[in-house]
Amino acid sequence: MDIIKTEHLVYEYEKRDEEGNVIGVSRAIDGVDVDVTPGQFVAVLGHNGSGKSTFAKHLNAILVPTEGTVWVDGKNTRDPGELLPVRQTAGMVFQNPDNQIIGTVVEEDVGFGPENLGVPTEDIWKRVEESLKAVGMLEYRHHSPNKLSGGQKQRVAIAGVVAMEPKCIVLDEPTAMLDPSGRKEVLRTLKKLREKKKVTVILITHYMEEVIDADKIYVMDHGHVVMEGTPREIFSQVDTLKKYRLDVPQVTILADELKKRGLEIPDGILRKEELVEALCRLN
Amino acid sequence: MSIKLDHINYVYSEGTAYEKHALKDVCLEIPHGEFVGIIGHTGSGKSTLIQHLNGLLKASSGALYYNGRNIYEEGYPMKELRTQVGLVFQYPEYQLFEVDVLTDVCFGPKNQGLSPEECKERALEALKLVGLKEKYYQVSPFELSGGQKRRAAIAGVLAMRPKVLVLDEPTAGLDPKGRDDILDQIAYLHKVSDMTVILVSHSMEDIAKYADRIIVMDHGQVKYNDTPRAVFAHYLELEKIGLAAPQVTYIMHDLREHGLAVDPRVTTVKEAADEIMRALEKRK
Amino acid sequence: MIRDITIGQYYPAKSLLHRLDPRVKLVSTLLYLISLFLFKSISGYLVATIFLVSIIRLSKVPLSYIVKGLKPIVMLLMITVLFNLFLTREGEVLVHVWIFTVTEGGLRTAVFMAIRLIYLIIGSSLMTFTTTPNELTDGLEELLKPLSKLRVPVHEVAMMMSIALRFIPILLEETDKIMKAQIARGADLESGNMIQRARNMIPILVPLFVSAFRRANDLAMAMEARCYHGGEGRTKMKPLHYRGRDYVTYVVVICYVVAVFVIGRYLPLHVWIF
Repeated sequence: MDIIKTEHLVYEYEKRDEEGNVIGVSRAIDGVDVDVTPGQFVAVLGHNGSGKSTFAKHLNAILVPTEGTVWVDGKNTRDPGELLPVRQTAGMVFQNPDNQIIGTVVEEDVGFGPENLGVPTEDIWKRVEESLKAVGMLEYRHHSPNKLSGGQKQRVAIAGVVAMEPKCIVLDEPTAMLDPSGRKEVLRTLKKLREKKKVTVILITHYMEEVIDADKIYVMDHGHVVMEGTPREIFSQVDTLKKYRLDVPQVTILADELKKRGLEIPDGILRKEELVEALCRLN
Repeated sequence: MSIKLDHINYVYSEGTAYEKHALKDVCLEIPHGEFVGIIGHTGSGKSTLIQHLNGLLKASSGALYYNGRNIYEEGYPMKELRTQVGLVFQYPEYQLFEVDVLTDVCFGPKNQGLSPEECKERALEALKLVGLKEKYYQVSPFELSGGQKRRAAIAGVLAMRPKVLVLDEPTAGLDPKGRDDILDQIAYLHKVSDMTVILVSHSMEDIAKYADRIIVMDHGQVKYNDTPRAVFAHYLELEKIGLAAPQVTYIMHDLREHGLAVDPRVTTVKEAADEIMRALEKRK
Repeated sequence: MIRDITIGQYYPAKSLLHRLDPRVKLVSTLLYLISLFLFKSISGYLVATIFLVSIIRLSKVPLSYIVKGLKPIVMLLMITVLFNLFLTREGEVLVHVWIFTVTEGGLRTAVFMAIRLIYLIIGSSLMTFTTTPNELTDGLEELLKPLSKLRVPVHEVAMMMSIALRFIPILLEETDKIMKAQIARGADLESGNMIQRARNMIPILVPLFVSAFRRANDLAMAMEARCYHGGEGRTKMKPLHYRGRDYVTYVVVICYVVAVFVIGRYLPLHVWIF
């Protein structure tokens, strides 16, 4: 069974003027069908305002579809009785590391989710320790989150979700506000979680370098899914990606440029090793 | 005309448990009209450094000369300096506050004591320079998209007609197209005016593409101060201080190791493509 | 500059005070604050000083850090002292210059008020220095629990407090950033009369409010996403349990209050006019 499935998902919001009268309806998401099987690493790409964040919020029942349906592990997100199970199954990490940490001490923040779920005290401690270990932040358990770097804060936020023992983690641009080393930290942590805990990861981002390991990529634009496929399939279409305000890793651009200059180089080069190998074959 | 930093030291919270030596004996000269990139790991002192350039932070010791005059001497017109050296902070859209974009951009010139007509003229000029469409001028800045807000905020600094424009990570949080647009606009600004541009960035690719010269900060000290080619030739040392070279530089080094005779000192995609083509031609 | 404010902040250390149950600290602080108003003579101040000094030593919070926390109230302190000094007309006149008159009573009240205020602030900030905001709110929630029977939203109030405490440093830092950004645009925050100054604050307050609301919105969403649904059915990671040291502390604090009361009142000590 799919862990996440959406069927013709539509989300509309009302535009209001200063007095609060409705002056129009905007479609942020327009007929999106997505399916994710357990254990997959799925990326959703799109420029700012493409609807990717609105989409992410549906997977956690923060938003409920205007039309269509979202199933999380078989549970309909529209069903009020399933609200907590849905949120527990698909944990969510947001963009701004400061605005999602509730606790004033790292370990207390990680314990927040389990507390809400009514987990017994001893189990909370076990979960907190385990999740902090999983993100490599155990030694910071007594620290104040304010003194941590952006990457560390984001790892604490991930631990806070992991402590709820979700089957799936949805990350909404978790690296957008981080510096390169923070970005690497977060990606490394996600990779480790995928390998060790077999957790499904849905990564929403506009950084292409982050998704070359993905099993599947969806590209969104104007609320639609406009491209769908493996990283290789997606990245071989450099010009189409540019049209959607996106970008590819520098190595892919270089490969594309060399191809345009007449060199015989395969499509969809993702890593520098691949390009070096292709060029050496020419040599 | 230039900015010259002479043995600048800066210590945060001096005499407390949180004391931190943020800048150590920094000596730099930035001649007029240059496009300078500043890179460094978070906490390397680059933000502290740029806040010295317009006198927001005062050095614990050392001197800073703007056009030959020490800004720390008594009676130096600080307000004047701040209009000459325009500083655009990270996420500058958080400084927007007026009812509409145009009024907000007028804030800087208004503080300079200019007449309302002159303020408006400068604001319009600045908004045009950042490429914000006219239909947004009367809109509340809070209704703009992320990229537009950022443009409006940059215009707010440009409206003071600074001679030096300092930008602290102007592309943070923008999508790839938004990032390229802003950087291209800044490069265009640099080309059409005689402004000095100082760009702080985490993206080695961006810095390599735009800057004439790169200043590398590490632990409050200037580690390198040279052309992009020369700086990125130290890519192994850069990695040790939490930085890197652009991806193409690595590709070129790998190619060389695999026996293709390319010059590894290239820093942009175009240079790399040229260099690879040249090396392959020569083979034949 | 803004970062220097230490009132209400937690100071991490390993001391007996840090380990005490927050309920004990809350009740004791309250008793201590009351005790400061139970006496009027030097002997009472002596007992209070001895008590306060020993608590400071026990807390392992450096004295310089505590003193720094007093900075923001210097103005308040000055005003209190000046008002008492010049406006109290009681007893003999000590100094008389132009329209200012300092009387014995004025000097006495001024000095005692100043000491009381300082002791008050130090005492209550010692509680926040040694108690994490979460412990504090847990303690408060536990102490006020009986009120929830009267439909007072005790859990919600406690949660709001802890969030406020978490965001104070973030918002202070943000204020600092916005101020710098506006100064860089030529904003003048220092000169002008009161009204002008207040108007000059608009470029700082508007962005600050906008940002605070955005943060509040984000945080509410993040809390919901982590299954927060009020206090119902919630368990605690760190439930409160009284231990031996907590009972001992209660006894010690009560002894102190009794001592201050008895000594301050029945064993008065007089030096000069005090």
